[in-house]
Order: sequence, then C-alpha cells, then structure tokens
Amino acid sequence: MTAPENAAETPMGYGRMLRKEDARFLHGRGNFVDDIKLPGMLHGAVLRSPYAHAKILSVDAFAAEAHPKVLAVITGETLAERGLAWMPTLSHDIQAVLATDKVRFQGQEVAFVIAEDRYAARDALELINVDYEPLPPVVDAKLALAPGAPLIRDDLEGRRDNHIFDWETGDKAKTDAVFERADVVVRQDMLYPRVHPAPLETCGTVADMDPVTGKLTMWTTTQAPHAHRTIYAMVAKLPEHKIRIVAPDLGGGFGNKVGVYPGYLCAVVGSIITGKPVKWMEDRSENLMSTSFARDYHMHGEIASTKDGKILALRVKVLADHGAFNGTAQPTKFPAGFFGVFTGSYDLEAAHCEVTGVYTNKAPGGVAYACSFRITEAVYLVERMVDCLAHELGVDTAELRMRNLLTSEQFPYTCATGWEYDSGDYPRALQVALDMAGYDKLRAEQAEKRENGELMGIGISFFTEAVGAGPRKHMDILGLGMADGAELRVHPTGKAVLRLSCMTQGQGHQTTFAQIVAEELGISPDDIDVVQGDTDQTPFGLGTYGSRSTPVSGAATAVVARKVRDKAKIVASAMLEVSPDDLEWEKGRWFVKGDPEQGRTIVEIALAAHSNLELPEGVEGHLDASCVYNPPNLTYPFGAYICVVDVDKDTGRVKVRRFVAVDDCGVRINPMIVEGQVHGGLADGVGMALMEGMAFDEDGNHLGGSFMDYLLPTSMECPSWELGLTVTPSPHHPIGAKGVGESATVGSPPAVVNAVLDALKPFDVRHADMPLTPAAVWCAIQGSPLRTDLAIT
Amino acid sequence: MQVPAQFQYERAASVDHALSLLAKYGPESRVVAGGHSLLPMMKLRLAQPEALIDINDLEELAIIRVEAGQLRIGAMVRHAALLDSVVAGEHFPIFHDAERVIADPIVRNRGTIGGSICQADPSEDLSAAFCAVRAIAVIRGPEGEREVPVREFLLGPYETALAGTEILTGIRMPIEASASAYEKVDRRAGDWAVAAAGAAIRLDDGLLAEVGIGLTAVGATKFVAREAEDFLRGGPATDERIAEAAAIASRHCNPFADQRGPVAYKRSLVATLTTRVLNRALARWHGDSREP
Amino acid sequence: MQITVDVNGTTYSREIEPRLLLVHFLRDDLDLTGTHWGCDTSNCGVCVVWLDEVPVKSCTVLAAMADGKTVRTVEGLARPDGLDPVQRGFLQCHGLQCGFCTPGLMMTARSLLDGNPDPSEHEIRVAISGQLCRCTGYENIVKSIRWAAEYEAAEFEAPYDDESFDEPWIGDAEVKA
Repeated sequence: MTAPENAAETPMGYGRMLRKEDARFLHGRGNFVDDIKLPGMLHGAVLRSPYAHAKILSVDAFAAEAHPKVLAVITGETLAERGLAWMPTLSHDIQAVLATDKVRFQGQEVAFVIAEDRYAARDALELINVDYEPLPPVVDAKLALAPGAPLIRDDLEGRRDNHIFDWETGDKAKTDAVFERADVVVRQDMLYPRVHPAPLETCGTVADMDPVTGKLTMWTTTQAPHAHRTIYAMVAKLPEHKIRIVAPDLGGGFGNKVGVYPGYLCAVVGSIITGKPVKWMEDRSENLMSTSFARDYHMHGEIASTKDGKILALRVKVLADHGAFNGTAQPTKFPAGFFGVFTGSYDLEAAHCEVTGVYTNKAPGGVAYACSFRITEAVYLVERMVDCLAHELGVDTAELRMRNLLTSEQFPYTCATGWEYDSGDYPRALQVALDMAGYDKLRAEQAEKRENGELMGIGISFFTEAVGAGPRKHMDILGLGMADGAELRVHPTGKAVLRLSCMTQGQGHQTTFAQIVAEELGISPDDIDVVQGDTDQTPFGLGTYGSRSTPVSGAATAVVARKVRDKAKIVASAMLEVSPDDLEWEKGRWFVKGDPEQGRTIVEIALAAHSNLELPEGVEGHLDASCVYNPPNLTYPFGAYICVVDVDKDTGRVKVRRFVAVDDCGVRINPMIVEGQVHGGLADGVGMALMEGMAFDEDGNHLGGSFMDYLLPTSMECPSWELGLTVTPSPHHPIGAKGVGESATVGSPPAVVNAVLDALKPFDVRHADMPLTPAAVWCAIQGSPLRTDLAIT
Repeated sequence: MQVPAQFQYERAASVDHALSLLAKYGPESRVVAGGHSLLPMMKLRLAQPEALIDINDLEELAIIRVEAGQLRIGAMVRHAALLDSVVAGEHFPIFHDAERVIADPIVRNRGTIGGSICQADPSEDLSAAFCAVRAIAVIRGPEGEREVPVREFLLGPYETALAGTEILTGIRMPIEASASAYEKVDRRAGDWAVAAAGAAIRLDDGLLAEVGIGLTAVGATKFVAREAEDFLRGGPATDERIAEAAAIASRHCNPFADQRGPVAYKRSLVATLTTRVLNRALARWHGDSREP
Repeated sequence: MQITVDVNGTTYSREIEPRLLLVHFLRDDLDLTGTHWGCDTSNCGVCVVWLDEVPVKSCTVLAAMADGKTVRTVEGLARPDGLDPVQRGFLQCHGLQCGFCTPGLMMTARSLLDGNPDPSEHEIRVAISGQLCRCTGYENIVKSIRWAAEYEAAEFEAPYDDESFDEPWIGDAEVKA
C-alpha cells in the first residue's frame, strides 16, 4: 500500500487547509459547557409537566427542599415574586420560564431544583408534588382555529382563540389573474413535519453570579452570545456591562442554541439565590421535547403553467404550528421567516402566499435545524410542486427545470415577492449535476427496472438559498440590527488577533477567518488567532445561524483587514519616504511602483507602526482596525441535487443509492470545509425525508422524546456523497463569498422525497408526506398515504 | 439527567454465588449481565431494583461449544461473540442473520444472549430466532438445573418462566441437518423491528420434515407462527404452499399500530418476510450460494 | 463502595455510589472530560470507551462494573511520540467539525483497525453504525479511518512534518473558567 495523501502546506489565504482547532478535540481536550467545573458549583434540574395542557392547582416542594443535598427549589411562584416567571420570546410573545397558572405543552418547565450533584438533583425531582387538573389539548394544528377549540393562551389579555398572526407576501390580484388564464394548474397539500436539530451536545449553562462583584458570568451553549447578554440585561434587569456570556466549544448548534431557554434563566436565579455557580445541562429527552423544534408547516401549494411547461405562478397557503408560545427566532419583520423565497429558482410572472400562525399544545420554536429562516420549507414546497407539475404534464423533471430555471443574464433578479437574488448560473449547475449523475443512463436503467417490476427513483432538487441576514434596516432580532463587528490587531512582531461576533459550532471559523485575513494581508493563518464566543472579548453582533457567518462576519473580516492594509500603506510610505500613491500591494508587502526591490513586508510594517517611526499628521500608530459590517443584501447560494433510490415494493424500505450535490456558494475560502458542511446537510435530508419526525398522540403526548423514537441517520443510511461545484461570486460581498452552512439541509429533503415518489410512479402516487418510513411508503403504494404528524389512532 | 435510583451492588464470583446473592437480596434484586436492557430502564426509573447482582465475571457462562450433538450457547455469550462464532453460524445461519441486525456493534460488545432472552421484549430478534430453531433454555436454581423449551420459557411481554431465585445459564439446541434464515425490516439500522421473521427447516425426501417460523414484534403467540408451521410440515416446499403458509402466519399474529406502522402493513410484512426467509432457508439447504 | 480502575495506564481508587455510571465516573470523578454523553437511550455513542480492550457505551455501564478492570479513553489514545494514526487520519481528512462525537468514534476506529487492518468502506460504516454524527454526514469520518489504515500499513512513514500538533494547543493553559 502506498502512503496516503497528506495535506498541502498551509496556504497564504484561500485553499484546502487543515483545521487549526482540531488539536484539542483530537486529544479529548475540548471545552464544552458540561466540562466546566467551578469551585462550589451546584447542579440544577428541571421538573417538567407530563401533561400537554393542564391547570396547576398546587406545587409542593417541601419534601424536595428537605432532601439533605438540595439547596433550593425554584417554582413559578418564586420567579413571579421577582417578575421573572415570564420572559419575552424572540417573536415578541412571552413564554413561561416556570409555569404558574397552567402548563401548555408536555415537557414544559414547572420547577427547578438546585442540589450538590446531578444525581441528587435528579432524585429530588421525584420529591416535588404537583397537582394538575388536565385540560383538553389542542394537538392538531388544523383544529386549532375550529370553533370551540380549547384556548391555550388565556394568559394573554383579551385573547379569544389560538390565532397568532396572518402574513402574506406577493401580489394576490396579479397571481390570481395568472392562475385564471393558465392552461394547467396543479394543486397539492404537503406537510413539512415537526423535526428537531438535535445537536449531539444538548443545551445547558453554568451560571455564576459573583456575589461580591455583582458580575454574572455564564458559560452557555449559545450561537449568539451578545444577543443573550442583551436579553438577560433586558429581562433580568441586570446591568449589561456586568454580564459576560461565554460560549466555549459547542457540540453542534444547527439553530437549537439560539434562543434563551427557561433552564438558563433558572440557573441564573439559582446562582443569585445560592451565591454559588449553578450548572444546568438538559438531558436528551428534555432537548427533544422542549427546545426549539423546526418546521411544522402545513402547506397547500398551487402551480400554474402553460401546456408547454412554462411555469407562470405559484400560490401557497400555509398553516404554521408554532406550539404553545411564539418563540420562533427570526428577524422581527418576518413572522414567517424568509418563506417569501418560495418563488424558488424559476422566472415566475407572479406569486402570492398567505401564512397563518397558530398556537397548539406543543413546545415552542419553529425556526431551527438549518432552515435559513424557513427556506427549507419554501424550497421543499416549490421543488415538490415542480415535480407534481412534471407528473401532470408527463414531462421529465430535469427537462422541466431546465426549461424554467433563471439564466445568468437575468441576475441580479428580483423575484415576484421582492427578493433580489444576487448572482447565479442555474442551468450550468443543473447540467453539471446531470452529467455527474449520468442522468440519461439512470433513466434508462429505471425504464429497464420498471419492466421487471423493480422500483428505482431519481429525484432532483434545485434550490436558491438566501443567507447572511442582513441589512439592519430590514433585519433585526428583538430590535438588534443584524450588522456585526470585527476587530483586527496586528502585534509588533507581526502576529494578529481577529475578534468576531459570530460563534462557530463546528464550522471551522478558527481556520477560515484566519484564511480571509491571510488572503488580504499576507500573514500566515498560523499566525492569526481568531477569538469568538466571549462577549467580554469580542465586538457586538448577532452570532452564527442562518448561514450568516461568511456573508456577514466574513465580509467584516475582509473589510477590517483592508483597513489594516490601508493603514499599513501609510506606515510603509513613511518608512520608505515616498507618497502612499507610489505604492503597490502584493500579498504580504507594499512596494514602490516600478521599483519592486523597494518594499516593506507586513511584518516589518507592524513593528514600525509600534515603533518611534514618525507618522504623518492625523495618522495614529499601531496596526489595528475595527468595523461594523452592515450587509447591503443577503447572498444567494444555490445548488442542483440529484438523488437515486431503490425501493423495496413489498416492505417499503428505501435505500439511498447515490446522491450528487452541486453547490455554488461563490468564492470558497476553504473547499475542504465547504465540502464538510455540504456532507452534513445531505445527511439531514436523508434523515428528514426518511425517518425524522415528531408526532403527537391525541392527548398531546410527544412521541419523539428519545433517540429510540426520534431517529437520526447513521453511516448505514448515508451513501458516499458525490460533490460538484460551480463558482458564481456574489457581486456585493467584499470577497465574493456566499454562505453555505445550511444549503444542503435546505436542498436535500426534496431531492430524496422526489426520488422516492419517482420510484412509486408505477403506482401513480402523486405525493406522500415525510418521513417516508417503510410504513409510509407501503401505505402510499396501497393508495392511502399516512398522515405523519399525528399518531395512528 | 437520566440516572438510576440507588441500589446495592454485588459482584458474583460463580453461578452458585450468584444464586445465593439472589436469595439473600430477595425479590427486589436483579441479575445484571450486559445491562443494555436493564440499565436504560433503570436510568428512566422504569425499573428500580434494590440490588443488582453483576454476573459479568462468570466466564464459564460465556462459552459457545458443541457437545454431544448439541450446540450450547452460554447465557453470558455477548451478541458480538455469537455473530463471530464460526460453529454457530455454520449450523444456524439464522443467528448470524439476526445478530447482524440487532442493535449496533458497540451494544453487541456488551449485551448478552441470556440478557436478551430474559428481558423477553416482544421485539427481541433472538427470541424469534431461538424459537424458530426450537432451542431449549437451561436454568439453574437453588434446587438444581432444569430445562424449558424457549417456546415455553417466553410467557409474554417482559415475562419469562424464570423464577426470581434462578439464573438462565444458557441455551442449547440439537445439531441436525437444517437450514435457517432471518430477515428484519426496521426504520433505520439498529432500530427495533417493525417486523421480522426467521425460518428453520429440515427436508426429508423432498418434504419438509420440520419447520420453525419465528416472528418478531408482531405479537405472535410464543414468537412463532405455529399454524403456518403445522400447515407446512410433512408437505413439499412449493411456492404455493409457502405463499399459503405466509398468509396463515400473517393472519395469526397480533400486531398493533404504532409509529412503526399500521396493522395492515405489519401483517403484510409478516407474509412477505415469512416467504423470504423460507425461500432463503431452502436455498441454503440446497447449497445455493446465490441467496434470493 | 470502593472501586479500583486502571484508566489509560493509571490506577485510580475512588469511593462511589453503585449507581454511578462509568461515563460520569470518568468525567466528574477523574476529570477526563474527553468522553461525552449525548442521549438517554444508549443510541448516540459519544460515550464510547474501551473496557478491557473492548469498545462499550460508557453511559450504559456502571463504574462498579469497571472495578478491577482497565479502561481506555481518548485521553489515552495518543502515543508517547505523537498522535495515534487514527487521530492523524481525522485531522488529515477533516473527520471532525464540532468534535463532540469524535472521541467515541476514534476509540471505535482504533479497535476496528487493531482487529482488521484493511477494512473496506462497508466494514468501516458497519463498525461505526452505532454512533451518530450530526455535522459530517459520515463521509470524512469513513475517509479518516481509511487514511489511518493506509498510514499504518505504510509503517508510519510520516509523510510530513506535523510537529505543530505536539505543541501545547489553545485551551491547554486556559483555566476552565
């Protein structure tokens, strides 16, 4: 055997580079929240409601408080005394921290025990007596607005029903007119089931209120440390400069770790009450049952086209199940997130959608699990509708897409709902995918297999993503505009430190952002430290989710590096005693135009900037810069995915044979990391399409509360992913890059679902909802597709 | 945090020592082997024994051997060891087929045959496999040793014929000419079965001299499709008769609807899988390496 | 009760409750936090360690069961002269992203390669099928393990200078607070 390939040397900028952060993880020396131990630290545990909907008659914590290892028990009443029983959500609703009047979902927080160790805390939970009076729950979102439906949010004054909001986008009149005259209209209901990000590290915090200094430090699983700090300041009325949030290493986030959960606040109160640090780490069932779920969109789609397959318009109605509290985490002005890009990758004359949000007796959430603020739902809708249309017209699904995809001349393209897609060459990406897949050969194989009664399916998904929230005028989280800061300091000896507001959960920021600085300044990535996660050490920003790190913080990094470069130019001109206009840049040094020998390296400039070198009037010393980057627009990565499945018609089992993924995320800082991001998202697609889903029974019992029931894909269900790429830079991003973290999660589920339904074509199955478990596939073949959000009764 | 309630712990040094500890700690004590059924239940506090008697050191129970025409599998044999056992796989490929789809490789390093059988989970693959081959459970108690056919050992969900003072020491089955196979449908690798079937056959002069059909997770009485077995026995193994047997098996089991699927689907699986494992067993009987 | 366990070559004697899970014993009593926990039902496998040379899910093993036995964790994976080939493989092939599942997977990989020095892609996928990863889609994990197998077969001809990973890493000098 020959020795295997090893990495190339560290690139001075973009390129494949091994990760700087790997060393500690390889040695088992990561620093995750549960790894943190502080002197005197106590452990918290949450008591949760077994009922989906019930009045609380009494909470008796006497026996728990008497437990020798218990220091305190906090109840809703304790918090109410401090005005903390309720807290604002990220969607301008309020959420119970610990229930006072009623519980409104199974798993809701009722009490918080603080004990000497985690085993004692668990024991003490059993000693708390809660007297409930069960109430009928609202479990079926479709019945949430039925007359006489139980009222969930009677805590809100004047509320008479479970309606949260109505929202619409697009031009209704125009769209209706187009539908009116269209040759072909296809309609389809489809569910994007409730799923969960389920990072392998659950959520938790160590809250340490120092009784002497009055400073609160929290090591928390948060993707948005600064947002958390400001929220605690507002909610707990603590002075913000006395709050420090530290996100250490995070074991995955995927949107699960954006919001402030009741357990965090209880840990803070616990620390205040006991004067000691309090650690609270939820277990897996708590994570699945109470933290932010994702999706749960009941969608009705309509697509209009000419008889020749020119797609004209899309019309959508959505019923959005938000759970018991509206806690979706998306920019304020977008109650349905960025669902408005359901117009997809096609040139539509018109589009319109209406979204109605309702309360149900389930956990709050909805925006999570790499959804790019509901773009997973939007892309699923449009890509399923395109396949339904192809089915109706009897046209090949690749052919139909090729006929309708936006072409590169049409960019920048403003879609029918007002979003300006920045750049793209869609037909090329689809062609690359078709070629990689050997599409024609696959169709020929399928035809042959169909003769033999064997089921094989080929599914395509073409997606347009919109990431990098976002322009502060339009996008804010709880009023905090989504512009992010960056600070770069170059030390006298030429090493640098970059401080960012984003927060990696495995995306490789320690490496990739150093590569951006390296590209701009010619300092080796090995000589650049990237600092994130500690609000005391980093500039303000909204954190990492919605694939925004590269579009926003990446841009900020480039801008701040260029500021340093510009400053370096002035210092170099002083060193060389020439005018700055006489200088030219090559990576790592400024030199005199026409006289390249005469130059100064960035390392030399750094030292000089800190030295006794006289600088021009008005120019300050050192070699530092900072900026706040307010993105002018989102970036629009896109991709063409092709999935090949084989289906066992007697058992309904689906095997994903191949998956081809062509992604375009503009300029790639580190292709190795981009590929890794895509790999992970593709597995999500297999998971959601075939096995992930949280169903409820008629009593509101959560049927997906463990990894025995909420199934995640393993190495056996995932094929070896085949990746391709095209590169269409973003015209407005300083380095032409777009985000990519969520692209594969967005694009893959429709590819898998389309593939399975393509396999079932001989049975004339128009649609079946995810998850397409063996039972669901079999039932679809029999002609009675399953409803997957409610338990079989 | 899911952690067990308090209990006392003893480590058994021999089978007799284990028996005396069971007697000492009484009915609220449990034997723990691999612990991958019991410990998860204890963590969720669905089981709260007052004492655990750890029998992991009982090496004498961890042996697979052929003795006097019997294959003997000790109760402490780990799933991984059964999967690795050449002699077991040679005589009873059904065990290898089943082990490959039980849990996952790491759990199989620890979980034991005895633990699985004694747990008597209605979805336990080995239960159906052992019932298909008509294995015998070997039990030791304060009165000495006794044997119970596995079909009589498994009384119902989570209920066996083992008294609280006894320990299962192993399983044995006669080695005769036979062929066997197992197939399982699950939603994902490592999941419990939606349904599974195992078949063990012996042909004599072209007729099925003996047939065992084990069914998993579908509420089949004693984990077997007895009516289907009775139908097939003594007759030729034709496609029509196999199809009829599969239909009989499908009618006589008792699946319930859950997240894994509705009743009609599970019955359909029983028919499909029964057909497949009978055919695969037949192919193996005829030495056909091209498996259907 | 008292237990005595050899962990990564060091003998520890501790007083514990019988109900203490091995994963908590390692993390909380011995401060070996490289082994993680991630579920309640023995599914995720981020807790995998070796017990008497055999990979097990330490969340489903009592510390008491390890009394008198040897345990090996990720902290004991590196060799005296540098990274284990499995660790090198994960580094080379971008086999980790958040790093949470990595220790358990590397322990399984090390055991696999000890018994099967030339595993196929399928054999690798089967070997890790009891362990979940949410970041990588398994692709690079499989590649990492295959890389390690080839590296060992080439008899440790270090193809490049990787001294940088024997230096103290970020976090080494940081107080865990």
